[in-house]
Amino acid sequence: MTIGRVVVRRLAAGVLTLLVVSGVVFAAGLLLPGDAARAVLGRTATPERLEALRQQMHLDDPPLGRYWSWIGDLATGNLGDSVITQQPVTQLIGERATNSVLLMVLAALVATPLSILLGTWSALRRDRLADHATSLGTLVLASLPEFVTGVVLLFLFSTVVFRWFPAVTDATRPVLEQPAVLVLPTVTLVLAVSPYITRMMRATMLEVLDSEYVHQARLKGVPERTVLLRHALPNSIGPVAQVVALQLAWLAGGIVLVETLFAYPGIGEGIFQAVDNRDIPTLQALVMLVAAFYVVVNLLADVIGVLANPRLRAGAR
Amino acid sequence: MSAAVVPGDAGRGGLRVRDLRVDTREGVPVIEHLDLDVPAGRVLGLVGESGSGKTTAGLAMLAHTRGGLRIAAGSVVLDGTDLARLSETELRQWRGARVSYVPQDPTTALNPALRVGHQVREVLDHHESGIAVAERWRRVQAAFEEVGLPTDEKFMRRYPHELSGGQQQRIGIAMAFVTWPALVVLDEPTTGLDVSTQSLVLKTVRQLTDRHGCAAIYISHDLAVVVEVADEIAVLYAGAVVEQGPAAELVGRPRHPYTSRLIAAVPDLDGRRELKGIAGAAPSPDTRPDGCRFAPRCELAIDDCTRELPPFQDVGQGHSARCIRAGDVRPAEVRDRMTQAADETPEPLLVVEGLDAGYGPTHVLRDLSLVIPGGSCVALLGESGSGKTTLARTLAGLHHQAAGTLRFSGEDLPFGSHARSRAVRAAISYVFQNPYSSLNPRRTVGDSIARPLRVLRGVDRTTARRRAAEMLERVYLSADYADRYPDQLSGGERQRVAVARALISEPALLVCDEITSALDVSVQANIVELIDEMRHELGLTLLFVTHDIALVRNVAQQVAVLQGGAIVEDAPTERLFTDPAHTYTREMLDRTPTLAS
Ligand code: SF4
Repeated sequence: MTIGRVVVRRLAAGVLTLLVVSGVVFAAGLLLPGDAARAVLGRTATPERLEALRQQMHLDDPPLGRYWSWIGDLATGNLGDSVITQQPVTQLIGERATNSVLLMVLAALVATPLSILLGTWSALRRDRLADHATSLGTLVLASLPEFVTGVVLLFLFSTVVFRWFPAVTDATRPVLEQPAVLVLPTVTLVLAVSPYITRMMRATMLEVLDSEYVHQARLKGVPERTVLLRHALPNSIGPVAQVVALQLAWLAGGIVLVETLFAYPGIGEGIFQAVDNRDIPTLQALVMLVAAFYVVVNLLADVIGVLANPRLRAGAR
Repeated sequence: MSAAVVPGDAGRGGLRVRDLRVDTREGVPVIEHLDLDVPAGRVLGLVGESGSGKTTAGLAMLAHTRGGLRIAAGSVVLDGTDLARLSETELRQWRGARVSYVPQDPTTALNPALRVGHQVREVLDHHESGIAVAERWRRVQAAFEEVGLPTDEKFMRRYPHELSGGQQQRIGIAMAFVTWPALVVLDEPTTGLDVSTQSLVLKTVRQLTDRHGCAAIYISHDLAVVVEVADEIAVLYAGAVVEQGPAAELVGRPRHPYTSRLIAAVPDLDGRRELKGIAGAAPSPDTRPDGCRFAPRCELAIDDCTRELPPFQDVGQGHSARCIRAGDVRPAEVRDRMTQAADETPEPLLVVEGLDAGYGPTHVLRDLSLVIPGGSCVALLGESGSGKTTLARTLAGLHHQAAGTLRFSGEDLPFGSHARSRAVRAAISYVFQNPYSSLNPRRTVGDSIARPLRVLRGVDRTTARRRAAEMLERVYLSADYADRYPDQLSGGERQRVAVARALISEPALLVCDEITSALDVSVQANIVELIDEMRHELGLTLLFVTHDIALVRNVAQQVAVLQGGAIVEDAPTERLFTDPAHTYTREMLDRTPTLAS
């Protein structure tokens, strides 16, 4: 299969996925008790305000029509207005998206090389103490939910034991002016995604190290370093790249909890607040954004998987 | 490349191995008392069944061991240096440069992510870093040329998966010879290749050793192949050399009973020897008996044999054997040509007319017609890509993209097993090529055998189990095998199980798809004997699919030769061998290695 076909096929699947998600997200808005305007404003709302909001949300139009105009808007980049702040959602997203992406990129940049190194090292020390320790450590971390890790980190490094890093972010200042706030959320995310990548890397590496071509490279008199870097690593990166990408996709969801926990002003925290404020248009737009990110990262995972395998890549040349 | 560079030099010391022993981690010897001498420019054939330690011995020539083994004693002297005493760092200078290894399966031994040209050049990068890169490329090109591969840029830039099996193996050989080594170890390099490719590879190996004056060890389970290439042969049994001598002498006058039995297990192209397997299996390292290790399987064994390991004695003509009754060993009996009893033409069991089959847009078989008479064995002979497996699968209902007519016992036979009645499905059985993947590893042998009976004949559980146990005994495995799992069985045993599974539904036609190609020659003979016996006892009809023309002579009454999806010759076996009509058949006959000198 050529890369072109992989991309086209996965893109089509991605668009379909987004359509399904949008349907679910939209339907969820319909299912709220009473009507959406009342859900947003609560019991104490005056009839005038309710009416105004109904107008703004086009609640009097038939649902299907609303759905089509909604996704039409989404597709053209118009995410609607927040019912709380009355600002366009795009404006709200702007800064939050940058913050979230910053956090995810940082987590990915730390977690990926770290896990690949750790997995390789563990494989090279197969069945020795270091290997067992790594296996156990990653297993424990993999089984801890990220909010537990986050709370423990908060406890250790910003409140009770040490006070090295701030526990929350000052939302009034740009994140980059207070880089220390990035540390704990990043570490939490790294601890959440690394175990999977490490374990996958170890398994693939072990398999590759035991392959005939690695044995043959040694019998050719190739130094151990070259055996590892030239023969073993390229052949184990392919399967691992896909796990890395899947973990990145997971990050898109994982940040909701982590950002909330550290009061970090990103998309995730935005979702949390939108739920809290019953700000339905904002919530729907943000969820769709996360879903789109998910689809794109998965697509990247597939492309990397193809590129790393000459057998599949062959068709592309 | 400048013509003045004469690859290889005269006066090399060759290889000298003395009293080499390789142990497991627990100290159990896997090979011991290994003494070998291979002068420069000569080829030593190392013959043994699986489990004999032949690969271990081959790797030990590079002072390399695998899977927790270690060289416990002895020396491997190459050009005056004892490799067994070198450190890993020093060995790295030798491996690939002065001593190289050609592995058995090139599909797994070439790095899938590296271009083949680079993969070969890499050897020079590490061992001849003194010479310029352009010169290294020229060396790679010369090596490719020597093994008959294209030398253009485009070919160099290919990945292993873009090459055929034969080309991949030639890459492996080019890689081994590119540094003009003093010793090359070739571990079954032609297993799985077609005869034409195999004969090319053998010729190339011979040429290269002559040309570069390098010593070579050629490892194989197949004496016929080894005789083709080796000057001298050493026969390895249960970790020790049992017989060694000049190739023709050893094959012509074997002085060890094991060698004599190995010769009898090689299918004879002339049909003058009866094909005979060796009962039992070679012992694994920790179950080797005291005294002569072959004693439990030896027909000449006497009490003295089990007392101590027989010494390796000179029996004259540069020929030695490890047997106290070496003088009593007789070569395999030669008899007059087999004459096939010409039955009065039996009723056809399966008739194929105008068969076309393929995969999607690719046509594999075109307008093919074939008649399989009841009660006989018809061989379907062809090389890889000839369409023989597609034909076999189509007949067995495993492939349904086909058109044409099939008639089975006079009735129309639909394509695809889902369109066939249970009775018909039970009447046509199939044995697959690879006994390592055709049995479900999670099912006991007994369950695997009983299953067709339960599914196809609706037999109840207890009866099915009883019948499975009977079937196991029929294929010469004891009934207690029923509770074992496939991974506890040897390749030959698994293939017996597969035969038992195929026969339990009492089929009329048994399709055997290359059922011996994954097995040692000695085990192959056993399986062939078994299915021949079943044919006589059960009145079976056999369709025997194979690439091995010598084997055909020993099993089939009729041969259909398949080339490029069409039958190019269809004749009674005797006629095909004495008077082949088609050039392709003649070529195959010429290229097939034989023991007859
Ligand atoms: S020593 Fe005895 S048992 Fe061994 S091969 Fe010779 S005759 Fe057979």
